[in-house]
Amino acid sequence: MKQQIHYREIDGRSPGFFALLGLIGALILVGLGAAYYMEHNGHYVTGMTNQIVWGTPHVFAVFLIVAASGALNVASISSVFGKTAYKPLARLSGLLAIALLVGGLAVLVLDLGRPDRLIVAMTKYNFKSIFAWNIFLYTGFMVIVAVYMWFLMERKMNRFSKVGGLTAFIWRIMLTTGTGSIFGFLVARQAYDAALMAPMFVIMSFSYGLAIYLLVLMAAYKWTNRPLGDAIIFRLKNLLGVFIASVLYFVVVYHLTNLYMTEHHSYERFVLMDGGVYTQLFWVVQILLGSLLPLLLLYLPATGKSRTWIGISAALVIIGGMAQIYIIIIGGQAFPLVLFPGMEVSSSFYDGVVSHYAPSLPEILLGIGGTAIAAIIVLLGVRVLRFLPVSLEDKYTDPHHETTGTAAQASEATA
Amino acid sequence: MTENSNTDKSRRQFLGSAAVAAGMAVAPGVILHQTASAKPADEAISSKVRWGMLIDTAKCANGCDACVSACDEEHNLGGGRSETDAQWIRKVELRDKQTGHSLTMPLLCQHCEFPPCVDVCPTGASFRREDGIVLVDKHICIGCRYCMMACPYKARSFIHEDLHDQKPYSPRGKGTVESCTFCVHRVDRDETPACVEACDAEGHNAMIFGDMNNPDSEISRQLASYSSSQIRGDLGLNTGVRYRGI
Ligand code: SF4
Repeated sequence: MKQQIHYREIDGRSPGFFALLGLIGALILVGLGAAYYMEHNGHYVTGMTNQIVWGTPHVFAVFLIVAASGALNVASISSVFGKTAYKPLARLSGLLAIALLVGGLAVLVLDLGRPDRLIVAMTKYNFKSIFAWNIFLYTGFMVIVAVYMWFLMERKMNRFSKVGGLTAFIWRIMLTTGTGSIFGFLVARQAYDAALMAPMFVIMSFSYGLAIYLLVLMAAYKWTNRPLGDAIIFRLKNLLGVFIASVLYFVVVYHLTNLYMTEHHSYERFVLMDGGVYTQLFWVVQILLGSLLPLLLLYLPATGKSRTWIGISAALVIIGGMAQIYIIIIGGQAFPLVLFPGMEVSSSFYDGVVSHYAPSLPEILLGIGGTAIAAIIVLLGVRVLRFLPVSLEDKYTDPHHETTGTAAQASEATA
Repeated sequence: MTENSNTDKSRRQFLGSAAVAAGMAVAPGVILHQTASAKPADEAISSKVRWGMLIDTAKCANGCDACVSACDEEHNLGGGRSETDAQWIRKVELRDKQTGHSLTMPLLCQHCEFPPCVDVCPTGASFRREDGIVLVDKHICIGCRYCMMACPYKARSFIHEDLHDQKPYSPRGKGTVESCTFCVHRVDRDETPACVEACDAEGHNAMIFGDMNNPDSEISRQLASYSSSQIRGDLGLNTGVRYRGI
């Protein structure tokens, strides 16, 4: 039985809405203030140095950008793979993707040494640079997803939504590959010299994007008192479990291949055994809290059916993901470059030693500000346009859902 | 290790010249400026010349850092916090873990023929002059630091703070990236870089600067008759700085 789905803007008149708007707005202002402070005084006031040249802002930016393409997954599943259950979720998925990308790029741009030269970056290209390619990939992504959203939302254009979805899907794979390649192309660095980097980023994006999607979806329906059935939540959380496991698999393969190559042994030792904060982040936050614990929570009968625990699991995935990116970006730089294999090296420029880095407050505030930019886009988006279905009760999202009791039981039994 | 396989080499040469072309295309202002102010008008910068440096680690003296001080002086580098201070040249001490043999030598931008910093730079600010000198166009650099991530030698520095008393011949800018210029302002006047001059003045003569394409130059003769090596020669970057004794 096919149900007609109705979409509506959120009300946006409650004190709760304005409180949220105010909070997010304040975070954005603080983030902009932090960016100005860094710009005015120079990066001297941050934790970044000539050894750790990319810091916390880049962790936030890369995380948001990677998550952006992952957030689009839900829409892809519905349009590209024809899973009707996901169809009502597609619009929010597109909105979230654009929002996260804008937030991430904002952080990246505001951290530049010369953000005022953005126009230079837009007009002068070195086509050999993966960075320059990414500028096109990112802007293209926004345009394509926006058009795709229009196809979905405008009844007359509905018939193109499959093509739109497919284009967006292909583009998003390229985008994450491009982001991963930023690191994969840095042949000189022990941590990044791996072709596996790009596909690993794609899988990571699936996981982070879906975790964020789940949280936003549950929050939106809870705060607007719209019905949200278990069927869709359980579907998404099962999918999240699969993605978490896939990321874990890639992490294992990445470290195993590195362990196979003698020249990478010292880097592996660094991450897995004696890298101090990076080792702790890896085992405790990325693996234990960010992967194994949410897997357990999502699949244990006692917690896997509770929305609170599902929400906690999604949050853990996000925290674990941030740790993973932190290790890749900052740990990868802290580990000394190997210029003279087999030699002990020392100099006044920190050759041969693990570089020290501690995130500074302005960097963190800038990162949070970028996240807030993503949040405000989502909030205003669902306020002015019809992104959210009025109801996501099971009958709208469960293709097996039947109204008659016996059939329902039958489908329950086979499910 | 100085030779690559032929196919690899020709591919790289193609890519290299494309990158040079890109560098030329996006940085005409700087090149014109440098040509106009520092070179006789009848002598254009050309790829017939390849500026290079040969460093003899046997002659480089322990504890001496005359080259480093000369560079800091020439370009007014330094500051007050070593993590964020610019260092275009640094002294590196090496000790073989197995044999205990130790040596010391200066490390600077290696002025690669195929520089990774030029490959990754999104705007083309990082470019290689036809005569082999790798430079940053400070007017185009957006301060993304991708080149610093890509450089195998950690040769680049980001300017973390306001600068004072800049030298007119060595423009620098807060929020941009910089590295050794081979003292291009001197080279264009047919002089040697400040570090080489300082090393000679100390009587060590550990650094030779010259045109690697000219078979009669001192550097070419030395390179031809004694073995030398590139740091991370495995990357196939064909560096302009060569070392003896490592
Ligand atoms: S920091 Fe400047 S020179 Fe380096 S890659 Fe970025 S734009 Fe190019």
